[in-house]
Amino acid sequence: MTTSIYTPEMARLVKVETLTALEKLFTIELPGGRSLGHSPGQFVMLSLLGIGEAPISITSSPSRSNGIFELCVRRVGDVTNALHNMQPGDMVGIRGPFGRGFPIEKMRGKDVLFAPGGLGLAPLRSLINQVLDERGSFGRVIILYGARRPQELLFRNELEEWIARPDVECLVTVDRGDETWTGNVGVITTLFPKITINPRNTVAVTCGPPIMYRFVLMEMLSKGIPETQIYLSLERRMKCGVGKCGHCQINHLYCCQDGPVFTYTQIKNVEEAL
Amino acid sequence: MKLMILDKSALAPMVNALRADYRVVGPQARGPQFAFDVITDPAQLRLDYNTTILPPKKVLQPQYERLLSFNRREYQVTPIIEATPTVLVGVHTCDLHAFLLLDQAFSREYPDAHYLERRRQTVIISLECLEPCDEYSFCRSMGTLTSDTGYDLHLTDLGTAYAVHVATETGRQILSRYATVREATEADVRQLNEVLSAKWPRFTYRLDFDAAELPALLGAAYDHPLWEELGERCLACGSCTNVCPTCYCFNVFDEVDMQLVAGERWRCWDSCQLDEFARVAGGENFRKARSARQRHRFMRKGKYLYEKFGELGCVGCGRCIRACVAKISILEGFNAIHQSA
Repeated sequence: MTTSIYTPEMARLVKVETLTALEKLFTIELPGGRSLGHSPGQFVMLSLLGIGEAPISITSSPSRSNGIFELCVRRVGDVTNALHNMQPGDMVGIRGPFGRGFPIEKMRGKDVLFAPGGLGLAPLRSLINQVLDERGSFGRVIILYGARRPQELLFRNELEEWIARPDVECLVTVDRGDETWTGNVGVITTLFPKITINPRNTVAVTCGPPIMYRFVLMEMLSKGIPETQIYLSLERRMKCGVGKCGHCQINHLYCCQDGPVFTYTQIKNVEEAL
Repeated sequence: MKLMILDKSALAPMVNALRADYRVVGPQARGPQFAFDVITDPAQLRLDYNTTILPPKKVLQPQYERLLSFNRREYQVTPIIEATPTVLVGVHTCDLHAFLLLDQAFSREYPDAHYLERRRQTVIISLECLEPCDEYSFCRSMGTLTSDTGYDLHLTDLGTAYAVHVATETGRQILSRYATVREATEADVRQLNEVLSAKWPRFTYRLDFDAAELPALLGAAYDHPLWEELGERCLACGSCTNVCPTCYCFNVFDEVDMQLVAGERWRCWDSCQLDEFARVAGGENFRKARSARQRHRFMRKGKYLYEKFGELGCVGCGRCIRACVAKISILEGFNAIHQSA
């Protein structure tokens, strides 16, 4: 029988963890425990039969695959709401991995500055953990993470580990604190003055809500990080994931194939990017 | 390329013979207009048509098609390739050029078996245009007034007969199995050449510049005031993209039965002119303004697709101009951009 690029492979949910009121972490196993074979920054098309399909970034690191991969999903539409109602043992459809991820080869030997905002930590976590699993190959690892409120912070256990590690500089802030919050309060850009970097030797990576990029980019550029060393992961609607359906087009670029990871140089003059 | 002669009286028997083994699709009258549809009687075939409402693209990429069937209880997924052996008759050369672009879009990088299998099973009998369709077409400017590729057989009307260029082995077999033809004589070749050279003066250049300049012109026109002007007029109905022979964007959706067990995943034509096309899950819309959506259409036709495939996305068929309620003309738009450049 002819095969089709649109036919998903059925994979099993092996674990479902609640991260916040809106986000859950889904651990998925492909048939036979086969590796997904992704690189950090790539995405899969997630199918729920009868509901539909949506592009979801892969949040687990290839270095921690062990026959499984993880998706951190906010419930926001039909597919993601239905997914949030699913239990371990249920099956989901997977196509991919697709897209261009982070060029980790170009990052080795460099200091890496991560600046995710909110759910933007999901795709960056894949790269962060890959970098941490090859810690010796990189210079400084700096993580500046911002969320709107303390209860919206993702991967709190890992955040605490990163904060505790002597070889990671991790600062966390929330736009608005609450009675339990003793940490930084303010938007993510308020963390940048707290760090000093060697800009020439720094690769910066960001992902977050559309409103955030311009301000974070301004901070990165004012620190002197070259445009070619700033990477962004962008979100778009996708119906195919393979450069055909047209939904993810950003001017002449296809988010699904040319991205979702872009350098700032690539999108600097691309009006529809941010 | 071999030249044969098909007497016009032999066309109906040929269509009937083909119908035994193929679905035959060709232009038919639809009120005062024409449409490509399945021929059930050779008398329906109107090779004298000027243009069709929808392009023959719908034979290769149907408005709706199934991609797969599924069973939610068994978690089973089975791909569906909807392809029927088809002879597509009467394709004008503008639409042939559009097929060449669709072929690239669906075969590059991740080959699309659904399109490609239909393409493989489609025999194309194209037709030389001898008269302009109407005041909307500008094929000569777009270099699509003729084609030496993309078909199995190519017909040119010689009055009482068609000259038939046999371009492929499939075309040769179609003729030998289903048609009564004779080899062209020197006199036929002379007549064909006369007919062909007489047609060119009837088609005028309507673009004020060489179409090869389009990508560069559009590249410099991103902030052109034209987009705002078009945005003011555009009703965002999506007609222009629906009738375009090179638009291939699509949406995908699932249908499930009343027991919520068995179902199918479908794909259907979609339009970048519709408000929700570029909206993401978080609610952000990256092409919210109609001006931005019209600009995107112009850019795809004159620049983006060219950069990706080396073929312009506009073949000058004029369908989008004919279909536009707001009288937006891509031809006038291109000329306006050239004028102010």
